[in-house]
Amino acid sequence: MSSKAIPTYLPAGLPIPIAEPDGLSAPYWAGLRENRLLVQRCSHCNTWQFGPEWICHRCHAFDPQWTEVEPRGRIFSWERVWHPSHVALAQHGPYLAILVEIPQADGVRMVGNLLGDPLQNVAIGTHVEGVFEHHAEFDPAYSLLQWRVHGP
Amino acid sequence: MVRAQAERTLRGRVAVIGIGETDYFRHGASPDPEFKLALKAILAACADAGLDPRDIDGFASYSEDRSDASRLAAALGTRRLRAATMQWGGGGGGCCAAVANAASSIVAGLADCVVVFRSLAQGQYGRFGQTTGIDTISGEKAYLMPYGVLAPPQRFAMRVRRYMHEHGVRQDAMRAIALASYHHAQANPRAVMHGKPLDEAKYDASRWIAEPFHLYDCCMENDGAAALVLVPAERAGEFRHKPVYVLGAAVGSGYRTAAMPHNSPLYASASFDTVAPDLYRMAGLGPSDVGVVQCYENFTGGVVMALAEHGFFKPGEANDFLTVENLTAPSGRLPLNTSGGNLAECYMHGFELVLEAVRQVRGTSTSQVQRNDVAMVIGGPMVTPVSNLLLGSEASL
Repeated sequence: MSSKAIPTYLPAGLPIPIAEPDGLSAPYWAGLRENRLLVQRCSHCNTWQFGPEWICHRCHAFDPQWTEVEPRGRIFSWERVWHPSHVALAQHGPYLAILVEIPQADGVRMVGNLLGDPLQNVAIGTHVEGVFEHHAEFDPAYSLLQWRVHGP
Repeated sequence: MVRAQAERTLRGRVAVIGIGETDYFRHGASPDPEFKLALKAILAACADAGLDPRDIDGFASYSEDRSDASRLAAALGTRRLRAATMQWGGGGGGCCAAVANAASSIVAGLADCVVVFRSLAQGQYGRFGQTTGIDTISGEKAYLMPYGVLAPPQRFAMRVRRYMHEHGVRQDAMRAIALASYHHAQANPRAVMHGKPLDEAKYDASRWIAEPFHLYDCCMENDGAAALVLVPAERAGEFRHKPVYVLGAAVGSGYRTAAMPHNSPLYASASFDTVAPDLYRMAGLGPSDVGVVQCYENFTGGVVMALAEHGFFKPGEANDFLTVENLTAPSGRLPLNTSGGNLAECYMHGFELVLEAVRQVRGTSTSQVQRNDVAMVIGGPMVTPVSNLLLGSEASL
C-alpha cells in the first residue's frame, strides 16, 4: 500500500478496532479489509445476528456461520455530534453518525458515518450504500464501513 | 415447605432509617479522595439515623464503585461483615438495584443493617465524558468508537432520535424536564446549580452536544458521595426519624436488550418494558398511586421514555404531559426530580435521587410535594440492567 494517507471521514487518532483475544469478531474485521460485509447467520435456523456472538440466540447452535451481504440499507436513526469527546476530534467540526438497518440481513443494524456535508439534512428511512474506508497505513491496519445516500 | 410466590417480596419488610451525603462538588473539585468521601457519607447516614456505625454489617453499591466493602469495614471498625454486594453493569441503572440487593440481604437473614452508597471523585479517576489514551479497542466499542460514537451522549442520542421519530416527541418535552430540574435546584442549597436558574431561551441557545441533546439535556459530572442505611422493618422504630419503607424494587431488562451494537429489538426504549410491571406487581400499586418521581437523567430523552414505560402517559401524549407546570412541586401532576437530580443537584450517579425520595416521604425536601406517601425512583434509562424502587410511608403499607 502507498504510505500516502487516504482521506477519511474522521481525523486519525481514534481507537483502532481489533478482534477480541478470543477471535469472535475476527472474520468481520478481516472481511471489511477485503471490501466484504460479513454478518453471522445460523446454519441451523437461519437467524441473522449482529454483533457476533458465539451462539445463535434463537436455536443455541454454536458458532454461527459468516455470510456476505450487500452493504445496502436504510437509515434507522442518526445523530449530529458537536462536542468532541476525544482529543483527535478537538479541532474537527460536527460530524454525522448513523444507525443503518440492513433488510437483506433481517434488519440487523450497524453504526457508521454518513459521508458528505456534515450539516446535510438527514431523514430516517433514507436508502444508503456502504463505502469501505481503508486505513492501511496504520498498525494494525483496519477498515471501516461508511455510508452514503443512495438513490431516491 | 414451598412458599407461595406472593410471600417472596420486599414489600414492607425493610426500612430506610438514615441518609447522608458529603458536600457536592464540580468534577475534580473535591478536596477529599474518593474513599474518604464514601466514609463521610456513610458516617453522615449513621448520624442521621442515630446509629453506631460499628453496627453496620453489610455494604451494597453498584457500577464498580471503587470503595471496596472490606476496606470500608476495616476503616470503620465493623465488628462483623456479613454482606458485600455489587450490582453488575448498568452504570446508573444500578442505583435502585443496590438498594434492592441490600434489602434482599436483610429479608433473607444474611444481614441486619446494610449501608448502600455511591462515591465518586472524578478528579482522582477518569471522567465519564472523555475518552483518550486508548490505542486499540474490541468488543462493542470497536463498532462505535472509530466512528466517533465515544462518550455517553453520543451512545444514546440515536436511541432518543428514533423514539422521537416513532412517537412524535418534540424537543419541548425534553426541555421541560431540564427546566423542572433546574427549577427545583434553585430551592436546594446543596445543589451544584443552586443560584443558576435556567429558562427556555437559555436552553434553546445552549450548544448542541449531540443532536437532539443540548448541553442542558445532559447530566453533570460531579464529586461526592451519598449513602443510606436499611434495617428490618421490625427494628424501624428504634431510630431517630420516621421510617421510610421499601414497597418494591425491580432490576433487569427485556429481551436481548444488550444485543450490540445498537441491536436491541426494542431499540427506542428505556429498557423498562419488563422491569416496570415487576415493580408495580411487587408493590401492589399502579402509576396513579405515585405522588412524586425521581428519574435518573443521563439525558432528558431517557426520562421521557422511562416515564412512559412506567405508565404515567402514553408515548404519544409526551408533548402534552411533559410541561414545567406538570413536573414541578408542590402540586404538579407528577413532580419530577425535586432536588434537581443529575442535571442540577449533583451527579452522584443517581444515588442522590434515592436520598431525595426518602426526603419526600419524610416530608423534609426543599421542594416538598403535596402527595408524598409513595415516591418512585427510576435508575438508568436506556442502559442494561436498569432498576427502580418504590418507597412509602407507614400509611402506605
